[in-house]
Amino acid sequence: MQQMISLQDLTLWIDEFLRNLFGGTWALLIEFVLIGLALLVAYAVLALFLIYAERKICAFFQCRIGPNRVGIWGIFQSTADMIKILLKELIRINRADHFLFRIASFIVIIGSICTFAALPFAKGIQVLDFNIGVFYILAISSLGVVGILMAGWSSNSKYTMIGAMRSGAQLLSYELSCGLSLLAVVVLAGTMQVSQIVEQQSDLWFIFKGHIPACIAFVTYLIAGHAETNRGPFDLPEAESELTAGYHTEYSGIQFGFFYLAEYLNMFIIAAIAATMFLGGWMPLHIPGWESFNKVMDYIPSFVWFFGKTGFCIFLALWVRWSFPRLRIDQLLNLEWKILMPICLINLLLMSVAVIF
Amino acid sequence: MGSVANLIVFYILGAFITVSSILAVTSKRMLRAATYLLFVLIGTAGLYLLLNYHFLAAVQLSVYAGGILILFIFAILLTTPKGDHVEPGDKRRIATGIVTALAGVIITTLVTLKHHFLYVQPAAIVGDHEINMKIIGSALMGTEKYQYLLPFEALSILLLASVIGGILIARKR
Repeated sequence: MQQMISLQDLTLWIDEFLRNLFGGTWALLIEFVLIGLALLVAYAVLALFLIYAERKICAFFQCRIGPNRVGIWGIFQSTADMIKILLKELIRINRADHFLFRIASFIVIIGSICTFAALPFAKGIQVLDFNIGVFYILAISSLGVVGILMAGWSSNSKYTMIGAMRSGAQLLSYELSCGLSLLAVVVLAGTMQVSQIVEQQSDLWFIFKGHIPACIAFVTYLIAGHAETNRGPFDLPEAESELTAGYHTEYSGIQFGFFYLAEYLNMFIIAAIAATMFLGGWMPLHIPGWESFNKVMDYIPSFVWFFGKTGFCIFLALWVRWSFPRLRIDQLLNLEWKILMPICLINLLLMSVAVIF
Repeated sequence: MGSVANLIVFYILGAFITVSSILAVTSKRMLRAATYLLFVLIGTAGLYLLLNYHFLAAVQLSVYAGGILILFIFAILLTTPKGDHVEPGDKRRIATGIVTALAGVIITTLVTLKHHFLYVQPAAIVGDHEINMKIIGSALMGTEKYQYLLPFEALSILLLASVIGGILIARKR
């Protein structure tokens, strides 16, 4: 497959340069640090952009203009907010468990960053590419629940406690549907390695290749993933009319910022996984037989494809978020255990049948 | 990775696990103990990663850190009024704990030294590359020698039984 811009060459060139300069082990260490830095920077910049996009899109849904003062169209609004939040005092909560209180926000954000690292951003830009990629993503993203429960308990407040319990129940149950709908794709692809899953979609994306089961899996994944991010109609853990702000009520300054960042980036991660598993990730749209069309599609760089598809999924999430009213907790759990999970299980069966025959 | 770097990472992980596990049993607050236990489990996942056994690392994270530990935390939050304050153990209990720990160390060391480890497919396991998921899958689901379909099914029956038992206990008000 021909790509006009391949970022793999760039990373290989950096690797070779460092190896020549420092030799094996040191080059490796420097690369670790560089990759970590790059991930953190990408994480922060994406969060800034997502917060701006969310506020703008939300404003359009509500017939407002949204942020428009800082910079042209208000594009520096979230940067200004970031500087403000960095300058805020960290308030010490009376009679809280300070150790757990401090560490909870870090656990949430570490889980989020580790998942972020496994995403294939473009051709040749993927940090963690394990043989068990999809399983790794599911495993490491479940760390966030622990952080949320700790945050809720250690703040010594009933609002945070109720928010954390709700969030725990919600995340634990929706993880099942998430995992099962991703498993359907794994069955179709026959591999769990993210790079190979993307590679296999070079002739056609899985959502077209997998017939009806893939479409069902895509929809269930979007619903379950949306619930995983604690947003939209599923934002009971932080229902502001009942619980002030849920599990992060007592947090201030950059510690609140960590929860906020993790929330936005989790939305991005869910959208990116949906784009990777169902819509081909960075793989351009290829239709078997249409050679010239495929060539034209190849001229669009791979990261544009990735971020375009991810942006599309994020827009879907925002659309849902600002259109539907909040569910009650019993409706939420009913939806998962009585509707989504049976659908996912049957869909998995359907997919296996479709793959075998 | 170079063997020196491997060794350094191993010692860091080992120190991390040791400190966290000591803190987990000496901590006065239950939820803190659970947190330290989480660190121990994550450190163990790190050890598996160091051994290039990614599958086990992910299992460790999703089953222990993501599943069982959350159950622990839920249980602590729902049962104890403040989730606080473990009762300070008396001398006999501490002594029993130390003896049990020592016995555990001795038995594990003996078994590790005495046992003749067996590799099903040495070429697939030894080396600096990760184990293919296909090998693990067929070992789990196979019926040949050194494959684990029967234990797998027996375990699933056990789990089903405990799920039904749990529901029965919860229903009996």
